[in-house]
Amino acid sequence: MPARTITFEPDDRYNAFLTVCNKPEHNGGTLAGVAVAIKDNISTAGIETTCASRILKGYVPPYDAHVVGLLKQAGAAIAGKTNMDEFGMGTTTENSAFGPTLNPCDTGRVPGGSSGGSAAAVAAGMVRMALGTDTGGSIRCPAAFCGIVGLKPSYGRVSRYGLIAYGNSLEQVGPMGKTVSDVSTLMRVIAGYDRHDTTSRDKPYNHTPSVDIKGLKIGIPQEYFGQGVDAQVAAVVKRAIGRLEELGATTVPCSIPSMEYALAAYYVTCTCEASSNLARFDGVRYGPAADTKKSWHDAYQEVRSAAFGTEVRRRIMLGTFALSSGYYGKYYAKAQVARENIKADFNRIFRDVDVIAGPTMPTIAFRLKEKSDPLSMYLADILTVPANLAGIPAISVPCGKSDGMPVGLQIMGRMFEDERIVDVAYAYEQAVN
Amino acid sequence: MADAEGQVIVGLEVHCQLDTKSKLFCGCDTDYRSDGPNTHVCPICLGLPGAMPSLNRKAIEYAMKVAKALNCEVLEESEFSRKNYFYPDLDKAYQITQYDKPLAEGGYLEIESDEGGERKIRLTRIHVEEDPGRLVHMGNVERGKYSLVDYNRAGIPLIEIVSEPDMRSPKEARKFLNKLRATLEYLSVFDSEKEGSLRVDANISIKGNERVEVKNITSYKGVEKALLFEVTRQKNLIRRGQKIERETRHYLEARGVTQSARSKEMENDYRYFPEPDLRPLRVRSWVDGIVLPELPDARRERFIAEYGCSLNHARTLTGELKLANFFEKVVASDRKGLSPLASTWIADTLIGELNYRDMNLDKVEPAALTGLVLLLKAGTITDKSGIEVLRVMLDQRLKNESTETPVRIVERLNLARTTGDTSAIAAAVEEAINENPKALEDYRAGKAGALNYLVGQVMKKTRGKADPADLNRMLTEALKRREA
Repeated sequence: MPARTITFEPDDRYNAFLTVCNKPEHNGGTLAGVAVAIKDNISTAGIETTCASRILKGYVPPYDAHVVGLLKQAGAAIAGKTNMDEFGMGTTTENSAFGPTLNPCDTGRVPGGSSGGSAAAVAAGMVRMALGTDTGGSIRCPAAFCGIVGLKPSYGRVSRYGLIAYGNSLEQVGPMGKTVSDVSTLMRVIAGYDRHDTTSRDKPYNHTPSVDIKGLKIGIPQEYFGQGVDAQVAAVVKRAIGRLEELGATTVPCSIPSMEYALAAYYVTCTCEASSNLARFDGVRYGPAADTKKSWHDAYQEVRSAAFGTEVRRRIMLGTFALSSGYYGKYYAKAQVARENIKADFNRIFRDVDVIAGPTMPTIAFRLKEKSDPLSMYLADILTVPANLAGIPAISVPCGKSDGMPVGLQIMGRMFEDERIVDVAYAYEQAVN
Repeated sequence: MADAEGQVIVGLEVHCQLDTKSKLFCGCDTDYRSDGPNTHVCPICLGLPGAMPSLNRKAIEYAMKVAKALNCEVLEESEFSRKNYFYPDLDKAYQITQYDKPLAEGGYLEIESDEGGERKIRLTRIHVEEDPGRLVHMGNVERGKYSLVDYNRAGIPLIEIVSEPDMRSPKEARKFLNKLRATLEYLSVFDSEKEGSLRVDANISIKGNERVEVKNITSYKGVEKALLFEVTRQKNLIRRGQKIERETRHYLEARGVTQSARSKEMENDYRYFPEPDLRPLRVRSWVDGIVLPELPDARRERFIAEYGCSLNHARTLTGELKLANFFEKVVASDRKGLSPLASTWIADTLIGELNYRDMNLDKVEPAALTGLVLLLKAGTITDKSGIEVLRVMLDQRLKNESTETPVRIVERLNLARTTGDTSAIAAAVEEAINENPKALEDYRAGKAGALNYLVGQVMKKTRGKADPADLNRMLTEALKRREA
């Protein structure tokens, strides 16, 4: 069958796209002709893929990520590559080498990150759906900040093959869309085992969302409404949970004591992995050419110092330090213990409840440049990283506004029970619309 | 005071390429040696962003065969780790290897010790890892303008076999290596003839002193040479009252010396951590299902029992898989009858002649040797003629000329032993004595060697065809006649 094309000429006033494909080809299928935006850390054959980093400027992958191949098979039209925090390192999409993405709900604010471009493209109606990636909240945060739906699948449910790794043991590719139904449709296309990703599992997703949540037990962890969580945001989310109770669900208070260590465990793990993943960008094969008159190690140093952004360099340094001889046991190994504790906490809670609900982000979208020191930025990830550390699925669905900005309701589920959290999000969405 | 005559202590780390069809983490063909650079590559072995490794099951099976053959214990759970370091031949800037949870631990390999008899060399561990790519330096590595990178080798499966410091001489180290090579070849997991398929790092010390690591030894002979150099160097230092530094040295094959590595290279902190893109390996249950073939020790004992080979011949013949197979084919038609002659002729003569020509055994078909041995056994030719026939056979094959059967060579060169009719010998004897009056004189004076000299002359005249017994008898008689 000859490939058809669509015309895609978005009015991208938010800097959501790094690359726009104006006449993408597509085949028939469940997504025939649907424009789908792809985060720029997902490899697309023949389309520049930069991770929003100068060091990958000009890199055109010779192969498609597994999920991109699946999208094409389903008939989707690849509409372009979306902006992000460089290599996924950030919560605002301000850490892009190619300028920040603006929040379509308020252009004075960030769209969240790191999948900010994908979220903005969906929120502004440029595309119906998009792929994001979520290492510590990078799908859910921008979904919450831009008022769209975003799902971080269970670890292993979607192939990571072709996703340019940042924190391999934490991250997943996931669907983003205006509605839960779109997110579920996109999930159907991308989920499933891939022999090229040996951490992927044979857990296809063939679900159609249902609004029936009668008898569902929802755990409400006190940590998700405690210190650091904006009172107005908490109130909006509590009201949303009230709606779920009206739909037949019951709530149970619970606690995740290990959350105290979640941020530390997360940042140690992802920076360690990143320091190794990003070591290959040395100016020899990618990025600005190294000065050949210098010895190779001097040239590496120069290229890497110049072409990585500040936040990326900070995380590479942190990870390199934490893995150094004599520190591994103190940091990386400890972080893995903390992860086990967090998993154990979730397992314990999930013996009594079906899902856990709370806010996605502790606040509404920050103003541009509001988060200037890295530590306060890291703290904003506190509610999203536990799901990545435990590998469990989590979805963010819009649940109202605070100061005129969207607030996201986060629902986390048992391992491989992505269907159930989609249903809860769907039930809520259908009830309020 | 350090003792310069102190005991030499050697431990080896041997890296062998596993002879799988595809690479360790991707489907690329491993048969790259005759092809151009960067032709056996894909996103995975090029380490392209986003590409992920998937483990080659065959490579693990091969490694486990080795583990079982070397009496190692396969761990319940092993794990791949990343060894992080920057080098242009390392495309991901980390090597996927095994660190604190190797595939197997313990085990041993028996070698013939310098004192004779078998000695167990204990093994520390066996782990699986990927080979990096290869740099081709344009000109000298220090001063050359640039280097080229070839990633064909990147991702070839390797096993690293680490021994305990149980060897006591460079010679034992070479024996260990030869035995290891034979074992791996018997297991059909390794091809020692492929260039660069084996690399060795050696740790060597003189008892009571610091140890030195010698890296970058790429040949079997190189191991013994490098270690002999180190023994001399270290003993000289001790004699001069100097301290041996704990250091890493590189072996420079061409010059046969070791050279201190720059200190920068020693400061590597590899920042190992578990490879998050691969799941832990739980394969211990496979061990029981592995059926090992006959290994060198068992075959050696069988050669002694079945063919009556001497211990030394059996050791030599079974020391290489190809040689052992060759021997068995040569004698297949008449095991008892041909074995005594065949074992000598193959283990002593053929190997020497092959080495002299730098020739591969593959060029010789067993039937040719069988033919030769049959001629020798029947007494059709003398040992001396046998060597001549063998040399002609090898030269024809080396030069890719059309080959003749041993029988044909004997006919063409008229090498058949003169039996019955001894007139030719008698004539040669007379000639030799007449032409060498000095020898006759010496013989009469009772000088040892004169008789041997004359035997040689007669042999020459009969072009080796004379039956040595006939020749000796007739020459002695002739000399006696002249004395009378």
